Amino acid sequence: MTRAAGIDKSPTGIEGFDELTLGGLPAGRPTLVCGTAGCGKTLFASTFLIHGARDHDEPGLFVTFEERPSDLVANVASLGFGLDDLVARQRIAFEYVQVDPSELAEIGEYDLEALFLRLGAAIDEIGAKRVVLDTIESLFSAFSNPAILRAEIRRLFDWLKDRGMTTVITGERGDGALTRQGLEEYVSDCVILLDHRVQNQVSTRRLRIVKYRGTSHGTNEYPFLIDEDGFSVLPVSALGLDHVVHEERISTGVPDLDAMLSGGGFHRGSSILVSGVAGSGKSSLGASFVNATCAAGERAMYFSFEESASQMVRNMRSIGIDLGRWIDTGALRHVSNRPTFYSLEMHLAVILREIATFRPSLVVIDPISAFGTSGDLTEVQAMLLRVVDFLKANGITGLFTHLSHVQGQIATDGGLSSLMDGWILLLNREANGEFNRELYLLKARGIRHSNQVREFVFDESGIHLLPPFLGEAGALTGSARRAEEARLRREAARHRAVAETMRQDLLQKQAQARAQLDLLQAELAGAAAALERLDADESLNRQQADEDLRIMRESRAGQGAD
Amino acid sequence: MDEPLKLTLFVAGQTPKSLAAIRNLKTICETHLAGKYLIEVIDLKEHPRLAREHNIVAIPTLVRQLPVPIRKIIGDLSDSEKVLIHLKVGSE
Repeated sequence: MTRAAGIDKSPTGIEGFDELTLGGLPAGRPTLVCGTAGCGKTLFASTFLIHGARDHDEPGLFVTFEERPSDLVANVASLGFGLDDLVARQRIAFEYVQVDPSELAEIGEYDLEALFLRLGAAIDEIGAKRVVLDTIESLFSAFSNPAILRAEIRRLFDWLKDRGMTTVITGERGDGALTRQGLEEYVSDCVILLDHRVQNQVSTRRLRIVKYRGTSHGTNEYPFLIDEDGFSVLPVSALGLDHVVHEERISTGVPDLDAMLSGGGFHRGSSILVSGVAGSGKSSLGASFVNATCAAGERAMYFSFEESASQMVRNMRSIGIDLGRWIDTGALRHVSNRPTFYSLEMHLAVILREIATFRPSLVVIDPISAFGTSGDLTEVQAMLLRVVDFLKANGITGLFTHLSHVQGQIATDGGLSSLMDGWILLLNREANGEFNRELYLLKARGIRHSNQVREFVFDESGIHLLPPFLGEAGALTGSARRAEEARLRREAARHRAVAETMRQDLLQKQAQARAQLDLLQAELAGAAAALERLDADESLNRQQADEDLRIMRESRAGQGAD
Repeated sequence: MDEPLKLTLFVAGQTPKSLAAIRNLKTICETHLAGKYLIEVIDLKEHPRLAREHNIVAIPTLVRQLPVPIRKIIGDLSDSEKVLIHLKVGSE
C-alpha cells in the first residue's frame, strides 16, 4: 500500500477500499458516505470504526441519530467483529442522540452546543480518534429551522476537524443531489457514494469515490459485497497487464492431450477456453484438469453455474475421476450458484473473493456462457476480462468453458478469444447415425501443438484421445472408424494371402530351374569327360600308329637295302 | 393546577442566548405562574454528562419535567405566549 505524499490516511479495514484510495480515508478529516436506504452506509461506517479500534489503536465514537446502540451491536454481531467486547473495553463508545420532534417546540434562537458538549465529553472519555455520525440528517426532521441547523452542522464538521477526528458522516441520497440536505457542501475532503441498483430483478451494490482531495483515486464504480464477512470492495479494474509469466507446464489430466502440446500441458497461469456444444464434454475436461491439479498437490477451485457439487462428483465418478476425495481433503473447493442468483458484478465479486480467500492454482468457471442471461455482452466481457486479469496477476491457471450453440463455432458470445491463451474446441458430430466427440486444439499460445482433430472417448479410467485416423474420405470417428479399420484389416489379410501364393509359385519355379540347371551341368560334365577320353584315345592311337610305322620301317630295312 | 411546574433549563455557559433564555423564563414564570413553578438551571459546560442523560441536543433547552409527559422547548423563549401554550399552563 503506497501513501500519497501530503495526506495521512486512516485505513478502513474494508477489503479493497484501502487499496483503491491508497491507504484509506483522509485522517483527521470528515468523509461523507452517502447512498440510498439499505446500501450499506452504516456498515461501512461501523467497519471503519471497529477496524480502527481493534487494529490501529484508534478508539471510536459512534454517534447514532437513528438506531439504538443495542440494535447496532446486534446488527454487526453476525459479522463476528466482537463489537460488544470493544464496547466493554471502552475502545468504542456509542452516543445515542435521539430527537423526537413531537415533544419539541422551538421558540426563539438556539444552537446545538449541547451536541458539541456531548460529543466532546464522549470523545474525551475514550480518547477517540475516529467518529461516525449516522445519520446526522435526521436532525433536519427534528428541527424546523434549517438555517440554524446548516450553520451548526458546518460548525460541527469544522470542530471535528480541529480536534483531528477522522470522521465518517453518512447521508441519505437525495433527488438529484448526493444527499437530501446537501451535506456534500460541507465536506470538501472526501465523498463516497454507495449505490444499490436493481437491473433485471438482480441487485448490484456499487461504490464510487466522488471526490477525494489530495489523492489520486479510481473514478470507476466498483462493485462491493456485503455478506457474512462484512464489507468488501473489488478494485479489479485497477489491474494491468504486468503479470508474471510462467514457463512451467501444468498437466491437463489427459495424457494424450498433454502429448498434443509439445512439452506436456499448458503454461501455468494461462487462460484456457474450452468451447463446445451441449454434451461435448466440457465439464469432464474441466474435471480432468482439476483432478490433475489436485493430484499434483495443488489446490483447485470449481465455479459451477449448472451443477451442484454432489452432482458433479457423481457424474465425474462415472469417468473414473474422483473429485469427492479432493473436496474432502480440502484441495478442491466447489462453488455453485445459479447465474441469475446474483448480478454480474456480484458474481465477479464473489468469484474474486472466493479465489482470494482459497488461493487455488487452478480455477474452472463452468460455463462462462451462463452469464449471457444476466447482463449484456459488453458487461459480460468486461467482467470476464477482470477475472482473467485477476487470475493472471496471481499466476492462477484459468479454465473457462463456453457453451456454443453452433457446431464448431469459432467465436464466443463475449468475444473472449483474444483474452485466452489456449482454446480447446470440442465437437460432437453426427455421422452415420451416431455422435462422436472430437477435440481440436485451436490455439495454444507459446506452445507448439498438434493440428489434428482427435476423437476422444470417456471410459471408467478417464478421458482418452484416440490416435488420429484418416480414412480415404477424411478423418473418421466412431463406428465408421471401426468399420474402416476392419475393412483395412480384411484387405491386408487378402493381400497377404495373394502374396503367399505368388511366393510359393516363384519358389517352385526357382526349384525347377535349379533342377534343370543341375541336369545340364551333369550333361556338361559328361560331355567334357567324353571329350577328354576322346583326346586321350586319339593321342594313344597316334603313338601306336607311329610306333607301328617305325617297326615296319625297321623290318623293311632288315630285308633289303633301299 | 395542584402540581407545581418543575422546569429545568439547560444552558451552556454565559452565551447571549443562554442569558436571554434565563431572563425570559424568569419573567414568564413570575408574570404568569407566580408560586406554581420550580426552576433549575443546569450549565452543561460544567456538567456535560447531563446532556446525554436528558438527551439534550440544542441549547438553550427548557424541559418540563413535571407534570408528565416531558416536554421540551428549545430557543431563547423570546415569545412568552408560545412558551405558555407549550407548557400548557391553564389547559390542564
